[in-house]
Amino acid sequence: MSKFESLVRDPIRWSATVLGVVVLGAIWIAVSQVPASATTGGAIPSPREGFLAPDFTLETLQGETVTLSDLRGKAVVVNLWASWCPPCRAEMPALQAAYEADRDRGLEILAVDMTYQDTEQDALRFIQEFGLTFPIALDRDGTVARQYLLRALPSTFFVGPDGVITKVVIGGPMSEATIRTNVRDMLDRLP
Amino acid sequence: MLPILQVGPLAIQMPGLFLLAGVWVAVTLTDREAPRHSLKASVLSNVILIGLVVGILSARLWYVMRFLEVYLESPVSVLSLNPSTLAPLEGALTGLFAAVYYGYRKGLPLWPTLDAMTPGLAALGIAVGLSHIASGDAFGAETGLPWSIELWGAQRHPTQIYEVLAAGIIFWLIWKNRRQVPASGFLFLAWVALSALSRLAIEAFRGDSVIAFGSLRTAQLASVMVLVMVLAGMHFLVRPQAQDSRS
Repeated sequence: MSKFESLVRDPIRWSATVLGVVVLGAIWIAVSQVPASATTGGAIPSPREGFLAPDFTLETLQGETVTLSDLRGKAVVVNLWASWCPPCRAEMPALQAAYEADRDRGLEILAVDMTYQDTEQDALRFIQEFGLTFPIALDRDGTVARQYLLRALPSTFFVGPDGVITKVVIGGPMSEATIRTNVRDMLDRLP
Repeated sequence: MLPILQVGPLAIQMPGLFLLAGVWVAVTLTDREAPRHSLKASVLSNVILIGLVVGILSARLWYVMRFLEVYLESPVSVLSLNPSTLAPLEGALTGLFAAVYYGYRKGLPLWPTLDAMTPGLAALGIAVGLSHIASGDAFGAETGLPWSIELWGAQRHPTQIYEVLAAGIIFWLIWKNRRQVPASGFLFLAWVALSALSRLAIEAFRGDSVIAFGSLRTAQLASVMVLVMVLAGMHFLVRPQAQDSRS
């Protein structure tokens, strides 16, 4: 019989071991306690669930300026795309349908064209082809791509009314149901 | 962190790939271990397969139930392959229930079955850690230590690496001692105890802990409770009365 096995068999020595584990565990828990605000808390801007969506200001195709943080209080879908990307083309009609369905309830879609690896003319043709009515922002120098650690197109970030990311979908195309269920989840958080 | 590997037009989800590889290794190891526990490998494989299939299908159905209104408008979307439209916890519980029910109907003995699955589960633990490295999930608290890693806009504890190292040690201990266990079920409980201990230790360095009672990390509280129950269970499996009643 191994030493460990005889230890487990002995009720007194094993009870003492369990008690020791509980005491050491309690000490470790006490040592590692932190205030709730020290964990994620949404205070740090980073492109992942539970964090504050990195803020940006961009010019739109219509020549206006849009700032993400100005949209606080709304459910926002930030979609990073390019006109030459096939899955982006495939999911745009679904984004437009979701926009039409939930715009009145507080949904805003911000489609950010990766203009630094696209052209404004191609982006414009794309918008006209699909009849998109939500704002199209232009990332001319790749700032937003860097902020959002862009690795695949399209990438979509669902940003709740408090500015915190509730869902990240990398790659596509997303179905209309995928978009709408995630939007509903955000709209439920609206005051 | 490498969540996506772009191969031409294909965006391969690396965390999912690691988990898939982990499941494959787990099933292979369980198949190999089954005969030593006098179990039929094919029945055991079916338990895992049924658990996985029911788990994935029900995860989608639970999600659909949650957003029924949207899916009623577009019923075909229920069949979408998108992994983001799943209810993981509900799916896992339903899959577990289905696997247990199937095992019960097939007359699989509980403890030997769990023992046969233990090396596979331990290997799966390593795969879960690797998937966390790829996705950046289960991330650490901010720190200035020299081995900190840059993740999510800050220098952080590489908790995913701690997780893989701990899972590797647990696998090694389980694999090395799998033939010398004193009672049926002991190996499985030892794995649960080691996993709880590893979570208790590593959670202290996590940056995404859920906090209860003002400042305590819930995963640590749960780990201590699991540890106590499992350590008590290990004693009950090997105490002389239990051995006598079996002989």
